[in-house]
Amino acid sequence: MLHLLFLVPLLPFAGFVVLALGGRRLSHAGIAAVGAGSVGLAALVALAVSIDFMAGPPAGHAFDQVLWTWFSVAGLKVQVALYLDPLAICFILIVTCVGFLIHLYSVEHMAHDDGYARFFAYMNLFVGFMLMLVLADNLLLLYLGWEGVGLCSYLLIGFWHKHWYNGYAARKAFVVTRIGDTALIVGLFLLFTQLGTLQIQPLMARAAAAWPQGSALPVAAALLLLGGAVGKSAQLPLQTWLPDAMAGPSPVSALIHAATMVTAGVYLIARTNVLYDLAPAARTTVAVVGAATLLYAGISALFQVDLKRILAYSTISQVGYMFLALGVGAWSAGIFMFITHAFFKALLFLSAGVVIEAMDDEHDIFKMGGLRTRLPVAFWTFLIGAAALAALPIVTAGFYSKDLIIDRALQSTEGGFWLWIAGIVGSLLTGLYAFRAVFVVFFGSVRTEPRPGFRTGLAVRLPLFVLAFLAIAGGLIDIPRGWAHLQKIEGFLAPVLPVTPLRHGGLASALWTTFVPGVVALAGIGLAFLLYERRRQQAAEAATSAAARYFLGGWGFDWLYRYAFEVPFLWFAHVSRNDLFEPPVDAVARLARAGWRGLSATQNGLVRSYVFVIGLGVAVGVLLVVLR
Amino acid sequence: MAHVPFEYGLYLAAALFLVGLVGVLVRRNLIFVLASIEIMLNASGLAFVVAGSRWGQPDGQVMFVFILAMAAAEVAVGLALALLFRRAFGSLDIDKADRMRG
Repeated sequence: MLHLLFLVPLLPFAGFVVLALGGRRLSHAGIAAVGAGSVGLAALVALAVSIDFMAGPPAGHAFDQVLWTWFSVAGLKVQVALYLDPLAICFILIVTCVGFLIHLYSVEHMAHDDGYARFFAYMNLFVGFMLMLVLADNLLLLYLGWEGVGLCSYLLIGFWHKHWYNGYAARKAFVVTRIGDTALIVGLFLLFTQLGTLQIQPLMARAAAAWPQGSALPVAAALLLLGGAVGKSAQLPLQTWLPDAMAGPSPVSALIHAATMVTAGVYLIARTNVLYDLAPAARTTVAVVGAATLLYAGISALFQVDLKRILAYSTISQVGYMFLALGVGAWSAGIFMFITHAFFKALLFLSAGVVIEAMDDEHDIFKMGGLRTRLPVAFWTFLIGAAALAALPIVTAGFYSKDLIIDRALQSTEGGFWLWIAGIVGSLLTGLYAFRAVFVVFFGSVRTEPRPGFRTGLAVRLPLFVLAFLAIAGGLIDIPRGWAHLQKIEGFLAPVLPVTPLRHGGLASALWTTFVPGVVALAGIGLAFLLYERRRQQAAEAATSAAARYFLGGWGFDWLYRYAFEVPFLWFAHVSRNDLFEPPVDAVARLARAGWRGLSATQNGLVRSYVFVIGLGVAVGVLLVVLR
Repeated sequence: MAHVPFEYGLYLAAALFLVGLVGVLVRRNLIFVLASIEIMLNASGLAFVVAGSRWGQPDGQVMFVFILAMAAAEVAVGLALALLFRRAFGSLDIDKADRMRG
């Protein structure tokens, strides 16, 4: 069964090829069948492969499938090879299963859109590249998938390409993540020149053997990889692209900018965890970046008025939690958070998509209100998603994963009091902004009536219900420390990710650290009720204050980058327009243009003049022969 | 029958060819262009026949039969083109068909 692994990335790629080449000829139903079906089949294969893997793990808890040699030059042999281990299993299951649910949702959600085939072609291409990223056996193939998902992200953010803003948002996402990607590729160069291979497993073994702990090289390599991860996962200071990425359709936000692609950075760091163990400074940086980002994004989310931007900032914030977990050495907790986050964040985006569609593309939450009775499906699913996001104790999946991270931030030998405080404050903020959205959108009086005759069909409801179920029950794949001595995720991932080194075990300390985040999350929800349900009018007015505008714009990072980088660069480009190097370059262009003018003048379209020139040519030729 | 020097035949062929070429160059009516091309074809045919008789070979006349067949085919295609041309441009002025100018 394991040898079917290659089908997992191949099926979405095949779907892309069929849709890209034959999309115009396929019927509407045919496009939906190919688009959703290819990912659905990939999900089935991934499930079968994973069950087979778990039933009888192969030697070394990893399965390597070499497909072919990509290239082999000057000592660098890169194979297109897939590497399946418990970490990859977590990712392929989420990418294919959640991806399939989102594709199913799109079948109906995007039904009335132009470019139906184009949409599914891009989505399939994305899933294929993402699977390649997480299954790659070497860092170069991973990088190919990494750039591939970046490309698909660009294509899908700008999917509605007729409006200029969407194109701007797509370019911004592409350029900002490219800054991180540059750091990543430099990191790959460094690793290859120092260690002589890019295959991940030998590379990690060689790094551990060659580099002493805490020396400069692993720190540099780990920081460069972190640069790539920070760009892709929208962490400080490269987080500015994600809120604008919400210009794309809601399923795109759900799949790419919440559930899967933005967690690629988490995957990269977890995959190269050996490097980070060798570089404590880099690992501390990961934790600090995560903690700072979760606070930054939490506060920004609190002041957003666009429903999807609230969710975008909440994604940045939750990925910040994952980084925090990775940074304190709680590797499996980070991956657990990735799994539950994929469920509830996809759910939130999909139900927000229903709301926005019902309101005729209205994003402003203060123009909504009282939708609880108008859109019951969206209300209940959004409520469950928001509860999971806010980590409502006991009943939601988000609680188990986030609680574990906050617990580890304190108890891990790498953690610390301030990281724990950041996690706790973030938890309060999460409850506050998640339920701010719930209360403003779904409670109170109706401001705008939904579009008459709007109703959701089965293809929209089914993914919502399945994801809602997972957002509640998904936490049961792991049970908090101290409640039972069962660490399913940690045990499952143990062959890949080291177990968190704990400072001091013991039930008592575990119990109170378990309850504090839950109480704080409840406090956040309660505060949201007091602020936004009881005083709706003041809340709407407060949203226009100067401070609110500052946080609405993401703390002025866009402004800062504009004046720190963009404007000086444009100024420099402007003043160096007439420097010494311009005239020769211009001369080449001018020469080419003159030649083009002259030659195109001979193509006057008159047959008679062509005949004349041919006759002249023949005459000259004959004369040359005769007079020789 | 008086013996005609074969150079005369070639001069006639060259003159006919030039007449045809000038016709192609100066005429704008597609029908006349086609007729001029026919003249050029026949001029080359004449040159073949003259050369054949000069060296006493039948190949010259064989080539002339080929040229006749080709000219017939060319007329068939050319007249069909003229018909379509008329329909597309409303006249037979070939200078009107200059949409492919650079």
